[in-house]
Amino acid sequence: MNWTFDTDRPIYLQLKEQILLLIVSGSYPAGSKLPAVRDMAAEAAVNPNTLQKALSELERDGLVYTQRTSGRFVTEDDNMIQQAKKDLAYEQIELFLKKMAGLGYTKEETLALINNLVKE
Amino acid sequence: MAIFECSGLTKTYGAKKALSNVNLSVEKGRIIGLLGPNGSGKSTLLKLCNGLLTPTAGTLTIGGSAPGIQTKQIVSYLPEHTYLADWMKVSDVLNFFSDFYKDFSVPKAEEMLTNLKIGKTEQLKTLSKGTKEKVQLILVMARQAQLYLLDEPIGGVDPAARDYILNTIIKNYNPEASVVISTHLIADIERVLDDVIFLKDGEVVLTSSVDDIREEKGVSVDALFREVFKC
Repeated sequence: MNWTFDTDRPIYLQLKEQILLLIVSGSYPAGSKLPAVRDMAAEAAVNPNTLQKALSELERDGLVYTQRTSGRFVTEDDNMIQQAKKDLAYEQIELFLKKMAGLGYTKEETLALINNLVKE
Repeated sequence: MAIFECSGLTKTYGAKKALSNVNLSVEKGRIIGLLGPNGSGKSTLLKLCNGLLTPTAGTLTIGGSAPGIQTKQIVSYLPEHTYLADWMKVSDVLNFFSDFYKDFSVPKAEEMLTNLKIGKTEQLKTLSKGTKEKVQLILVMARQAQLYLLDEPIGGVDPAARDYILNTIIKNYNPEASVVISTHLIADIERVLDDVIFLKDGEVVLTSSVDDIREEKGVSVDALFREVFKC
């Protein structure tokens, strides 16, 4: 995993997004144990407290949970992960539609273009 | 609880004010960047923490005591200049440090030396400037201290070693210990920091967390630094 960060946004937010991506893509499967904060921080080359903050946010959203003695785990609730995945997909689509609108395409025209491309 | 605190700290060299009324408090478990242009007072502050200079005015405590023998046991300091004797071998300085400091871990130092491909039998005299700096930093990081004060730890080493050093700082992270790093290579180090302190002409002009700066101003610490210290 290659961790990269934009310079103009909080690092904890970007960490949160990238960990979420690892969860929805199945790199960290449902119910699996997450690496220790220190190891993960070293891999991403970030401050451990910042990573901790990102994980706490994911915990608040219910996507990860802490077991007091044994560490941190990805939620076992697959529906929740699928929902998070869908939310991310919608975000990407909206962004894409905005860009297409910038090029002068309506949503219907964009959809037609996509259909053509998929058929080819 | 704060591991380091100072209030009204002032240091003058003759007519020149190196530090002027500095008030700071450093909590445990933080990694802090002490940032400022050349001559802003970064090294002076670190020297005061180590009792190498005495304050002109104000107070400074480390773990509740003034700098002295007790605080040296819990502070691991990387000075801006090397002070090791040139005739020594790397293995000699390891022995030297384990004699001096109870909390010095020889295995930890040896591991870092191996990773950075520095031979224990080499004489300091024969090492390049950058390698010497690496040895010095290894000595400092191999201690199990409560406060690490690093004066320009990455300035003289190559980017690959820089990454390794930052990685060592992260891996060494301990919720009971704090690390203060003075530097002007901000872009390289920003991701590793909790908080930053901006020093300008001996005065603290900003203390903030890295993510607060990014959140509130929408710029990196590096960009903010360039703005604040624009020549």
